[in-house]
Amino acid sequence: MDFGFTIAAYAVAAVLFILSLGGLSGQESAKRAVWYGIAGMAIAILATIIGPGQGLWLVSLIMIAGGAAVGYQLATKVQMTQMPELVAIMHSLVGLAAVFVGFNADIMINNLSSLFAENGLALGAVVEGTRHTAIGLPKALYSELSSFGQLIAKKTSIEITILRVELVLGIWIGAVTFTGSVIAYGKLAGKVDSSATQLPGGHMLNAAAAAGSLILAIMYLNDAGSWTLVLLTLLALFIGYHLIMGIGGADMPVVVSMLNSYSGWAAAAIGFSLGNDLLIVVGALVGSSGAILSYIMCKAMNRSFVSVILGGFGGGGGEQMAVEGEQVAIEADGVASALNEADSIVIVPGYGMAVAQAQQAVSELTNKLRAKGKTVRFAIHPVAGRLPGHMNVLLAEAKVPYDIVLEMDEINDDFPDTDVVIVIGSNDIVNPAAQDDPNSPIAGMPVLEVWKAKQVFVSKRGQGAGYSGIENPLFFKDNTRMFYGDAKDSVSKLLPLID
Amino acid sequence: MKIGTPKEVHEGEARVAMTPESAQALQKLGHECAIEAGAGEKAGFSDADYKAAGVEVIKTAAALWKTCDIVAKVRVPTDTEVKRLREGQTLISFFNPAENEKHMKMAAEKGATVIAMEMVPRISRAQKMDALSSMANIAGYRAVIEAGNNFGRFFTGQVTAAGKVPPAKVLVVGAGVAGLAAIGTSTSLGAITYAFDVRPEVAEQIESMGAEFVFLDFADETQDGASTGGYAAPSSPEFQAKQLEKFREMAPDIDIVITTALIPNRPAPKLWTKDMVEMMKPGSVIIDLAAERGGNCDLTVKDEKIVTDNGVTIVGYTDFPSRMATQSSTLYSTNIRHMMTDLTPEKDGVVVHDMEDDVIRGATVTHGGEVTYPPPPPKVQAIAAAPKKEAPKELTPEEKKAQELAAFKKQTTQQVGLLAAGGFLVLLVGTVAPASFMQHFIVFLLSVFVGFQVIWNVSHSLHTPLMAVTNAISSIIILGALIQIGSSSYLITLLAGVGIFMAAINIFGGFLVTRRMLAMFQKS
Repeated sequence: MDFGFTIAAYAVAAVLFILSLGGLSGQESAKRAVWYGIAGMAIAILATIIGPGQGLWLVSLIMIAGGAAVGYQLATKVQMTQMPELVAIMHSLVGLAAVFVGFNADIMINNLSSLFAENGLALGAVVEGTRHTAIGLPKALYSELSSFGQLIAKKTSIEITILRVELVLGIWIGAVTFTGSVIAYGKLAGKVDSSATQLPGGHMLNAAAAAGSLILAIMYLNDAGSWTLVLLTLLALFIGYHLIMGIGGADMPVVVSMLNSYSGWAAAAIGFSLGNDLLIVVGALVGSSGAILSYIMCKAMNRSFVSVILGGFGGGGGEQMAVEGEQVAIEADGVASALNEADSIVIVPGYGMAVAQAQQAVSELTNKLRAKGKTVRFAIHPVAGRLPGHMNVLLAEAKVPYDIVLEMDEINDDFPDTDVVIVIGSNDIVNPAAQDDPNSPIAGMPVLEVWKAKQVFVSKRGQGAGYSGIENPLFFKDNTRMFYGDAKDSVSKLLPLID
Repeated sequence: MKIGTPKEVHEGEARVAMTPESAQALQKLGHECAIEAGAGEKAGFSDADYKAAGVEVIKTAAALWKTCDIVAKVRVPTDTEVKRLREGQTLISFFNPAENEKHMKMAAEKGATVIAMEMVPRISRAQKMDALSSMANIAGYRAVIEAGNNFGRFFTGQVTAAGKVPPAKVLVVGAGVAGLAAIGTSTSLGAITYAFDVRPEVAEQIESMGAEFVFLDFADETQDGASTGGYAAPSSPEFQAKQLEKFREMAPDIDIVITTALIPNRPAPKLWTKDMVEMMKPGSVIIDLAAERGGNCDLTVKDEKIVTDNGVTIVGYTDFPSRMATQSSTLYSTNIRHMMTDLTPEKDGVVVHDMEDDVIRGATVTHGGEVTYPPPPPKVQAIAAAPKKEAPKELTPEEKKAQELAAFKKQTTQQVGLLAAGGFLVLLVGTVAPASFMQHFIVFLLSVFVGFQVIWNVSHSLHTPLMAVTNAISSIIILGALIQIGSSSYLITLLAGVGIFMAAINIFGGFLVTRRMLAMFQKS
């Protein structure tokens, strides 16, 4: 059987996927880009079902329909504040699927070699001097195999070894992605304690598990049997669990994009073992996309990828600067009168806004202030929230126009000309210690320079340092006033006072 | 405590250190107030006004000095006044401590405390009692008004039915408080205003007031004015030469020159020489605010207005603030009141002279029988201390080019290095791996490459949709499961079936949620 048209369809699908990612460069083109992605996926699946996957196509369709129903429910029910959780749990599905497909390949290899043995042949044997498998199965037996089985039956022994390397990689990455994503989901959804916790032994345990996996992989490649693969998978599952348990809540943007990247690499590795170019292309696209996102997030926190993965903040080189002064509280009427007098206002949202679900109230406040002819803009730090671009999505949901939502680099120079800055539920991303105090754990991290504005109001649940336990000198500055209380209530209190 | 203000004895001095308004504020601090009869008359405050504000009016200066615990006045005290000080009494006044050692010693011997208003350190917290600044502000304003009075033309350019009037050109030398006030007044009257200062960092302030900063073509670094407490420091001879050369070039063009250049405790620098005056057009005016210390202009005569042979008027008055006595008395008395607020922390009429306080320590020149001048340097940096970093150096085009070239070269070597290393690795793989693997491997490499190229362009705000969409398309793994499901082994079919199910959840969930998110992004 030859599936030339399937390959052609794959090429079309690959182009569509690339266009779909490329289209995300702008808000308007992105709306079109999703359709490219959907079309690409539809073409790829159809071509596969008609072509090499035609065995049991009815079951396939039923399974797809079932998945579609569940997926639809998930996608329509999810709150925008829960996006990080959804993305994390979906990664876990890809990881698990990769593990299953990998195991299938192994089972198929085993089945085939026993089939070859029954017929007095050896799988992967090669005629001397050539690189082709000449010692094939009898024609009747061969045509009974599924298309995947036929593919493997044609391979030489070297190719089969490579195939095994690939499927070990695919299974390992897939398994790490699976448990890692489940834990990330638990942390983001508040079902698992979001602080960094590790079993005794810490990273030594991870290293030991990784070394164990390597030994098992070598054993597997030397025909030690499938039990090595099962054990290897268990170790990988443990690594995924333990690695992500050791990373704190505020580092989740990096973790989620890292898992995103892993799920891509897993797909690519599986693609290699199946000899499927489309899987390779898409896996590579997703893998590099996640890698770039992780890189951007790390850069925004001025930390190396390794230090994020190793978890927790490293100790600084010396005593941190003591913070002088006191936090001065203010009530809603004070904030409101400052807003009424201000001409230019910048709002800096953070994870606290998402937790308090305050985005609607913030949007209303924005509308009211804009209706009075004031300039209102939003400043978004790359790691604000728990997912890259999280704040943008929340503000978009609350119908804040995206052209007043600016990135850090776009707005940082404007703070000295800003009358009022409202910081809602963010802490480390507006911490001046990052610039002033070389001993601060976040020294050198790019931050929003809100303290340069004429006045800063900080909406915060109460006193005390943020997640990282770092004191924020911003709260003690002369031009800063603390507006204590739940972000949503606080902003709602302001609304009637703006006239 | 009782605060008293005598009548100023200096001839022509119209200011007074207490107004009815400031007296009321002082009483709120728990103090009693007294004033010598007729002290406020020249500034427009009658004895009746004072009485109405609850101030005791005392007939003679002698009686006032005797009964009051604190004496607040404006001008540097005379011999007689210093002799009147007694133990425990506090004098708040301008004192000129740097050149007034005799009086300082006398006051110290008498055991009196003297707070010299010109010694208030220039830090943000003390601005409210910085009398030099408030007086300089008035002087700067008045200088422009005085110039206008002696200048025969409009400040602003006009086109009238009777002909075209060119705008006046004003040069302000020294952009301290007085200079900036002069710039503001002059630009608001419509004149074309130029300003010069030895501290390049004030260029921004000058431009913000609407004047043009006169730059010197000078490479040397000037001393940072902020390190000397917010005042200008003497500049190098080369710098001075350049400066004079520039002024000489401008002189024939300028209609009004206002000089305010002063260096603490030194004679005023000579900036406007005789030959410059001779180059100026007849009818031009020079206002020399530095006349008190010898003047910035060679020809200035202290306290007098002269007209040179070529018709240039040179005003050397030293009493500009006194010429606006009502305004300057209001501001000065407010400065005094703020000083008293700091001296009375509990607002109970008890003066606590805290020598640990930067501001009070700095301003106090005698205390507890000792001369405490000069004060130690303030702990807090002066107001203008911000420009620690060098003003961004303008790069010459050559330097810029060289920099760009270097960056380009570095980028090239980096890129070539990466390509070479990557190519080598691929070759290495190629030598061991069979051709069928390499075919897929090339596809893989190209896809990674395309992915990197494409993803860098994704806008930051769309990172969440990007993750959702990559999530959806990474479910392409469904293809693997679809291919495997048709196997004869039940285990394979089962695993593949579950795989298809999970991947399908992801495909639909991922794409739908991406659509939902993107639909929310709206333009205003």
